[in-house]
Amino acid sequence: MITDPLLLSIKLAAVVSALLFLIGIPLAGWLSITRLRWKFLIEAIVALPIVLPPTVLGYYILVSISPNSSIGSMYLDVFGSALPFSFPGLVVASVLYSLPFAVQPFLAGFESVDKRLSEAAWTLGASRVKTFLTIVIPSSIPGLITGGVLSFAHTLGEFGVVLLVGGNIPGSTQVVSISIYDQVQALEYEQAGQTSLTLLVFSFFVLSLVYATNRKVWTIWPKNS
Amino acid sequence: MAEKLLIDIQKDFPGRQVSIQTELELTPSWTVLFGPSGAGKSTVLRCLAGLETPDDGEICFGNEIWYSKNQKTCVTPQQRGTGFFFQDYALFPHLSVKKNIGYNLTEISKDEKNKRIARMVDIFDLSKLENRNIQSLSGGEKQRVALARTLCRHPRLLLLDEPLSALDNPSRIRLRKELRDLLRQFKIPVILVTHDRTEALSLGDRMIVMNHGTVLQDGPIAEVFSKPNQKTTAGIVGMENVFPGSIREKKDGLAIVEINDNLLEAANFGLDTGPVMVGIRAEDIVIRLARETNSSARNQLRGTIEAVVLEESLVRLTVNCGFSIDALITRESKEEMKLDVSREVTLSVKATAIHLFPH
Repeated sequence: MITDPLLLSIKLAAVVSALLFLIGIPLAGWLSITRLRWKFLIEAIVALPIVLPPTVLGYYILVSISPNSSIGSMYLDVFGSALPFSFPGLVVASVLYSLPFAVQPFLAGFESVDKRLSEAAWTLGASRVKTFLTIVIPSSIPGLITGGVLSFAHTLGEFGVVLLVGGNIPGSTQVVSISIYDQVQALEYEQAGQTSLTLLVFSFFVLSLVYATNRKVWTIWPKNS
Repeated sequence: MAEKLLIDIQKDFPGRQVSIQTELELTPSWTVLFGPSGAGKSTVLRCLAGLETPDDGEICFGNEIWYSKNQKTCVTPQQRGTGFFFQDYALFPHLSVKKNIGYNLTEISKDEKNKRIARMVDIFDLSKLENRNIQSLSGGEKQRVALARTLCRHPRLLLLDEPLSALDNPSRIRLRKELRDLLRQFKIPVILVTHDRTEALSLGDRMIVMNHGTVLQDGPIAEVFSKPNQKTTAGIVGMENVFPGSIREKKDGLAIVEINDNLLEAANFGLDTGPVMVGIRAEDIVIRLARETNSSARNQLRGTIEAVVLEESLVRLTVNCGFSIDALITRESKEEMKLDVSREVTLSVKATAIHLFPH
């Protein structure tokens, strides 16, 4: 069991980023090709977490996953434990909270791929799904990396939603941002300073690494041939 | 009898409409969709490929219905089996030359796939480039890879959207000469979109002239150039006299060209003996009553005036000298020389005013 809040945060961010790739790529792919008139509503829903106060979002998530709700009771029946104030609950909340930070760069990436590349693949007999997997995705690596990094970083830095949905249970839901808050409340400024600095250095390191890689990708695969 | 491609479609855009009704024989020949930009040529081509859906009408390829408004049918691009060549090639930037050519060849065995790719590499002279990154290729190389990729699937109909327009001038001239020969062995009908009359004359067998979304004229290429059915068409094709002919011999930078048993001398820019399209602008022809003995013009033809048509300040004379040829002169000249139907005249044309297009 991980007791270090920093490691727990990294674990949460990694799990959430991975899930966001699984959910965000099909969602953004669908948004990039659909001609549905009500597409803007889906886009608005995806973007909501950007403008909503984390406490509002956290409140609704907490209510909808509580054992009194249908989702919450179903989870309780299947797994034998409740979602709120647990690591899986945190994952659910963080995925929703970071969704726009993955979907929007993915979507921008997919939409920046020259449409004629897809058309060329169609005339060569490739289905829409095959075209998306073999042409669109490989041509939007920079957008995918950006989405991955942003959702990782955003999950690492979240506070309000985590506090409402996960509470402050060491080893299970006490992530690094909450432990810093705790330390400050307990007037342990030196410890809070150390944790903050660790988080700052770590975040900066990850972002630099990814942006450096991203730049390299850009030079290998420019957006338009 | 050869199967036919029936095109009868209409597509609406804000403020303009594209409509075309025509029938093409599905034989290995070249049809040129010709016209200025914005004429609707590319829209027609994209509708044929299934990349765009018309708003009305139908497209039938032999017995297959590709699109029909009434029957609510629209076959996907994947099922049509056309080869579409994009103006800027649309090569996949993350795949090598070889992988571009063999993209989605899934319905044949691996051996057959490799054989086909090897054949394409051979035909389009890509052997040194097989494993290269697309980004590192020159314009001409990209063009050959795009053609190879399009043809590797053995399409039933080849659609070329301005295939030479993205090339620099020397490559364009070279490929214009090569393209017809390269594609001959594939024995498929080709529809070419272009706004370049040299390209149309070099490559086309039949020409459909479009302007503002409608078809102005549709017929054998020499006929469309020589006998534009209206002034707009004449303005678009820009050359009144076009004849099929052939270069008999070459000497001192000149080519001796035969048209209907008449021999003409033309300035030759590197063409070999063989079939050519010969173009002469009506305004480059000088009319005289008697045969000239001292003239720098290399070509003199005797003929009889068949028709006289007034065109604003000019007069268009159609002269029969074994074949019909148009000349443009001023009204004053016509009056002074008393030119009228059935009068016998001499036409003089400088060798440099005779344009040759390899065909």
